[in-house]
Amino acid sequence: MSDSILPLSARNLRYEVNGTPLIEDISMTVAPGSFTVVLGPNGAGKSLLLRLLHGLITPISGAVGWSGVGSLRGRTLRQRQAMVFQRPVLLRRSVEANVRFALKWQGAKPAQLHEACEFALERAGLTDRRRVPARLLSVGEQQRLVVARALAGKPDILFLDEPTASLDPASVQRIEALLQEANASGMAMVLVTHDIGQARRLGQNIVFVHRGRLVENAAAEPFFRNPQSAAAGAYLKGEIVV
Amino acid sequence: MFRSFLLLAGLCIGLVSGTAVAADRDFIIVQSTTSTQNSGLFDAILPKFQAKTGIEVRVVAVGTGQALKNGRNGDGDVLLVHARAAEDRFVAEGFGIERRDVMYNDFVIVGPPDDPAGVKGGRDAASALARIADAKALFVSRGDNSGTHIKERSLWRAAAIDTSGSSGAWYREAGSGMGATLNTAVGMGAYTLTDRATWISFRNRRDFIVLVEGDKRLFNPYGVILVNPARHPHVNAAGGRAFVAWLTGPEGQAAIAAYKVSGVQLFYPSAR
Amino acid sequence: MGDIQAAFSLAANLILTGDKDLFEIVGLSLSVSMTAVAVACAIGMTTGAAIAVTRFPGRGAIVALLNALMGLPPVVVGLGVYLVLSRAGPLGVLGLLYTPTAMIIAQAILVTPVVAALTRQVVEDLHREYDEALKSLGVRGIGLVRTLLWDARYSLITVALAGFGRAVAEVGAVIIVGGNIDHLTRTMTTAIALETSKGNLALALALGIVLVGISLAVNGAVSGVGGVAGRSRNV
Repeated sequence: MSDSILPLSARNLRYEVNGTPLIEDISMTVAPGSFTVVLGPNGAGKSLLLRLLHGLITPISGAVGWSGVGSLRGRTLRQRQAMVFQRPVLLRRSVEANVRFALKWQGAKPAQLHEACEFALERAGLTDRRRVPARLLSVGEQQRLVVARALAGKPDILFLDEPTASLDPASVQRIEALLQEANASGMAMVLVTHDIGQARRLGQNIVFVHRGRLVENAAAEPFFRNPQSAAAGAYLKGEIVV
Repeated sequence: MFRSFLLLAGLCIGLVSGTAVAADRDFIIVQSTTSTQNSGLFDAILPKFQAKTGIEVRVVAVGTGQALKNGRNGDGDVLLVHARAAEDRFVAEGFGIERRDVMYNDFVIVGPPDDPAGVKGGRDAASALARIADAKALFVSRGDNSGTHIKERSLWRAAAIDTSGSSGAWYREAGSGMGATLNTAVGMGAYTLTDRATWISFRNRRDFIVLVEGDKRLFNPYGVILVNPARHPHVNAAGGRAFVAWLTGPEGQAAIAAYKVSGVQLFYPSAR
Repeated sequence: MGDIQAAFSLAANLILTGDKDLFEIVGLSLSVSMTAVAVACAIGMTTGAAIAVTRFPGRGAIVALLNALMGLPPVVVGLGVYLVLSRAGPLGVLGLLYTPTAMIIAQAILVTPVVAALTRQVVEDLHREYDEALKSLGVRGIGLVRTLLWDARYSLITVALAGFGRAVAEVGAVIIVGGNIDHLTRTMTTAIALETSKGNLALALALGIVLVGISLAVNGAVSGVGGVAGRSRNV
């Protein structure tokens, strides 16, 4: 994957609002094809970190660096990433129209568009509901659609901000299966969650964030077995970490 | 989405302005007064002119003051108004040419049947106004520099009465056309000066009656003026002249005399 | 009151006998106002949406100005357009005064701020909802404006209807620039003004009833289209 935009490396990221630091001095790397889970208590700054990496907000200092941007194969940097938010965001159009909209903006060529669209609908299990107004679907179905659509755009990396936080277990299962399938074929993932179980199921590397700082960054197995930081340790034990 | 909006808009504008410009049909714009319009005279006589000459007459009915202003701006081809002094000034200043007498009628003072100022049956307009002022009875004025308003002011002057101090008290200045002023007068039970043509064709008289008439000073002559083409080259001078000629000629004058409302003739031809 | 009763039966009579003058006046009112609204929507919706999604210095002042312009008095707009289109004015050579085109121009000026201000609010609310997701997809510029406008289409129908209401109900602008010329620039509202000044109060009221009826019919037809288009309306 010499023309992948990964590895992504963030260096000394800092973010403030009204003088209050919310992200302090975070550095990390995302390797191609990896599955990184960003874990931590609510308000730690995980979502902010995700948005900094994805370029939705700009750090006060520090930088986010991508690789191989010289050979983007006609797609922009933005088009080779995708993001899924906590609540599904769909336009007031049919299921199929929503998929096409996203695929077009992600740079799918007309020739590939149809195939990618069918792929997304099939993965989301919504092929026979393609004409239904997207907003009429249940939350679980909508999020499935959003995830499948993001994957169909064939990004190099997918950012996910607590995508299954308010979903029923069946939907959670289906979505996790989709993510693992895509990751297995080489797509990098950065997933923010506060669900330890999900982190265990999906994560290959864990990044633990506490109070805006990156407190621990390790491979999943050693992290869960033997967390190095006090905050992570307390968190994994189920304690409230302020 | 936008393209279709713009297309639709362009189409509509094209259609509408197309019909407005209308295949180079010959037309003239006549600036006239609301009282003449409301009397129905134009509806009666203009079709005859159009049938004879094929020229469409578009009448813009506004107050005399506005008609003269529009004429000055060149926003019309012919003026048909009733304010002799203002007309003469218009011509003297070079905005109009070939002024001709057309017709006349008269003004009357109308008011509530209970006649609080006791002017009924009088034939002296100025002294009637003096009685109204003495009684501080409600009087509604056009207040808009129209021919009627100018006439009214001259009558107050003849009665040596200054109404400016009483404006808003018993002297109410409506700043409106004749019809609106009549509505106001009838609505508040006030006296007012009106031309007979408007009064006879007015449909909201309630119980009001003509109280004062016949004073020579209530004579109301109308003049027709061509907007000066030397001043405003775009003026349809040929069409305008044709209209003036017809209006002051035997056919137009006969048409004016023939116009009656409820059996009463409203305008008397006076072209020489 | 006798006038009011007479008005209703007069109105019914005019409609049922297919009174030619009435239909001519109604036709002109509708074509002038609808054209004006179409123009106003083309300009106003794009402007409103553009302002909604862009940050620029002085934006707050522009938004306040747009909102304030919703209250432009029709008679003032009419006067302004008259001064421009008059032969003595800058665009006098176009000869547009006293034509339906002048009326459309005046009403379009009147309605555009209404459409723009309301569109801005609608699109801004929507933008807030979609902001991050659309940014993530790289949707910007004209594409962003188009996407938001289409998504807001049901609300925008109401915005257009608000504009139409303002246009078809006003008399101040069209009477000055149109001149209320018989068979040419006489609309429902100017006809009502005329009949009132003639003292024909019952007829004026009857025309008013017809005008309200037309307005209701237009609104009903448009809402019907919106509703039928999807029970999922605005979901």
